[in-house]
Amino acid sequence: MATIAEKASISGGEFLIKETEASQIFIPEEFNEEQQMIADTCRDFLRTEVWPILDEIDYAKSPELISSLMDKAGELGLLGTAVPEEYGGFGMNFNTSMLVAEVLGNGHSFSVAQSAHTGIGTLPIVYYGNEEQKQKYLPKLSSGEWKAAYCLTEPDSGSDANSGKTKAELTADGKFYKINGQKMWITNGGFADLFIVFAKIDDDKNLTCFIVEKTFGGITMNEPEKKMGIKGSDTRQIFFNDCMVPAENMLSDRQNGFKIAVNILNIGRIKLGIAAVGGSKGIVNHATNYANERKQFGISIGRFGAIKHKLAEMATRIWVSESACYRAGQNIDDLIDVLKAEGLSDENAKLKALEQFAIECAILKVHGSEVLDYAADEGVQVYGGMGFSADAPMDRAYRDSRINRIFEGTNEINRLLIVDMMLKRAMKGELDLMGPATAVAKEIMSIPDFGALDNDTAFAAEKKVLQNLKKAALMIAGAAVQKFMMKLSHEQEILMNVADMIIEIYAAESALLRLEKLVGIRGKEAVSLQNDMVQVYLQEAVAKCNNAGREAIMSFAEGDELRVMLMGLKRFTKIEPMNTKDARRRIADAMLAEGKYIF
Amino acid sequence: MKILVCISSVPDTTSKISFTDSETVFNKAGLQFIIGPYDDYALARAVELKEQSGGTVTVLNVGTVETEPQIRKALAIGADDAIRVDAEPTDSYFVAEQIANIAKEGNYDLIMMGRETTDYNSGVVHGIVGEMLGIPSFSPVMELNIDGNQAKMTREIEGGKEKLEASLPLVLGCQEPIAEWKIPNMRGIMTARTKPLNVVAPSGDSLTSISAYSMPPAKGACKMIPAEDAGSLINLLRTEAKVL
Repeated sequence: MATIAEKASISGGEFLIKETEASQIFIPEEFNEEQQMIADTCRDFLRTEVWPILDEIDYAKSPELISSLMDKAGELGLLGTAVPEEYGGFGMNFNTSMLVAEVLGNGHSFSVAQSAHTGIGTLPIVYYGNEEQKQKYLPKLSSGEWKAAYCLTEPDSGSDANSGKTKAELTADGKFYKINGQKMWITNGGFADLFIVFAKIDDDKNLTCFIVEKTFGGITMNEPEKKMGIKGSDTRQIFFNDCMVPAENMLSDRQNGFKIAVNILNIGRIKLGIAAVGGSKGIVNHATNYANERKQFGISIGRFGAIKHKLAEMATRIWVSESACYRAGQNIDDLIDVLKAEGLSDENAKLKALEQFAIECAILKVHGSEVLDYAADEGVQVYGGMGFSADAPMDRAYRDSRINRIFEGTNEINRLLIVDMMLKRAMKGELDLMGPATAVAKEIMSIPDFGALDNDTAFAAEKKVLQNLKKAALMIAGAAVQKFMMKLSHEQEILMNVADMIIEIYAAESALLRLEKLVGIRGKEAVSLQNDMVQVYLQEAVAKCNNAGREAIMSFAEGDELRVMLMGLKRFTKIEPMNTKDARRRIADAMLAEGKYIF
Repeated sequence: MKILVCISSVPDTTSKISFTDSETVFNKAGLQFIIGPYDDYALARAVELKEQSGGTVTVLNVGTVETEPQIRKALAIGADDAIRVDAEPTDSYFVAEQIANIAKEGNYDLIMMGRETTDYNSGVVHGIVGEMLGIPSFSPVMELNIDGNQAKMTREIEGGKEKLEASLPLVLGCQEPIAEWKIPNMRGIMTARTKPLNVVAPSGDSLTSISAYSMPPAKGACKMIPAEDAGSLINLLRTEAKVL
């Protein structure tokens, strides 16, 4: 067993230039009995309290129903998993809270209310609150006695969050901040007792964060927004009119609000990624079951290859996304342990660890939400006409999934961030991208490496494929940086292409490492279907990287450079052919035999 | 009040059952095991009674080490301690014998369990335990209240319900709606690992061994006969089904 310090030896974004051993990653098959019991509790809660009333939740006339569900979740302790024990929570490690987020992610509007409360509503106080603030608010929030909402977005300030116009003005006696402004898309707005509010003091450049109790006065709100999906999530516009906030309710320091917002969003992103995995599993379970039950031409539609393809593809992408989420979750947990051992406080260790893996958090947000959208779309298709009926579960799944590509930073913003953060770290000397990128640039000018694979290494061929994909990404990113220098940020299309490659590399590598670890635990025979999923996904990842890489190269290279880079890309996006149709059929058949997602 | 709740560990009710070794061994591979659903109700009511008027709840399982996750779940739901008799629960008499032996030592006021397990569904363990201990047993109990030394119960009987009272100690086979089914909360889950789980050796030998299993025959196709065509129904029952 590797020690924590050894395991934590990889830093955020470093996967692109460094190999990870399978033994170093955490796989969800390793969750212990207690963690599984926690997951069962979340599942039982959804099964008994949420799923039977999904329609009532979505079409409730008042926020009381969703608020009362939050009370019940609070009684079970589901709102306090990430709050330290000394403040009435359960102080669970990061990956356990990820597991909770995964299971509850299949709770539609309730999931949104729960994650907004426990995440962006509660965590700012956990991480940035002073002792008095923590003592005062955290026990109430972790028990669910109080519900929380997070007020960042404004009508003219969405992705550009730091441009908010809400003002905070210190009163003459220095005792209060008077907050004035308008916030929108505030989840849980209608029933929250506490608001985390971002505002600018005087003419500050950056936001400052405040803890605002509903009873402070000066808070009014509109009726709930009418939305495409997550209709039961109570989302409001909120107005602050001379809302008097005691000066001691400033959270952290003046102008530290934007940093708080960004760091809290890091957590929100990785949690959204794993919650999307949970939602996707729910969809594929329904779809598999329906494919068994629905008969056309005298047989179950699950016996048709076209349907098998969809089911296997959904399962594969879900399994891959899940692998990546828990891999990153463990990286975060390991680093927290190391930082705490070095003397950092619990909250600072957590913040630093999350900041360190912010690139992975953004990757997982994008990948997870797009897997969910894919599963929802194909889920509707498997259901056929019934998929279009509001009486079948796919209607809600389809509508509810869509927001995930938008909130917690749109997928476009997150794609930009992935590349931006990587390059910034490279420039700061924290991530050595230049060395490997230069080596790749040299390699494409030389004779290709026809070296034999090391057959002693497990999955040598697959690892080689991934190494090459990394080279492709480095080649393109390196050339683009050289070409555009500081103006690269204006080339968003290219940045999207590079981000797509990085996302696929991280996802595919995580799945391969999970498979390798599983082979070690269960033996090759027992995980042949997981092997099928990894092989199928690798084929797709290579094709996607080739496509994105080609787009990028053609966007900026010309003449000889264009030709050399396209040849380099071709060399780095090679993979041994395989029969993906048969592999998908094996995956789908095994699921159809059980009538559900079985991995 | 001291309550002993006996729980079984059974395959999840949606499990696909199969056998191996020429249909002589029940195939546990890949199956998820749960606390017997009726036992879960008994446990929930026992925990409620403890919360109302104090006392202790001890959970008892006759099973191998593989059943410990279900035992710890019972502890997470609210039992104070647990005993596992380390043996395969091969037949009702053997299980009842183990329960009776533990019960004799523990001096319990109530011995509660489900009306039956959902694997072999014999539904007789509570009765045998009562006989072995020489105390009354009732099943299926749907409502239970304790007033001093008296238990007030409602029991399901053929075509109706029966209200009855009896003095403690008693053995009860329970079913819903005796209590609301309980989901273990986070606090319970985290304290479960600190609660004692004592493993004891079985007494006596199992009386039975399984020689073979078989699956029920596959469900045949259903033929619909119009109501006005009773003649052809009778004909089919005679010639095809051969039941007349």
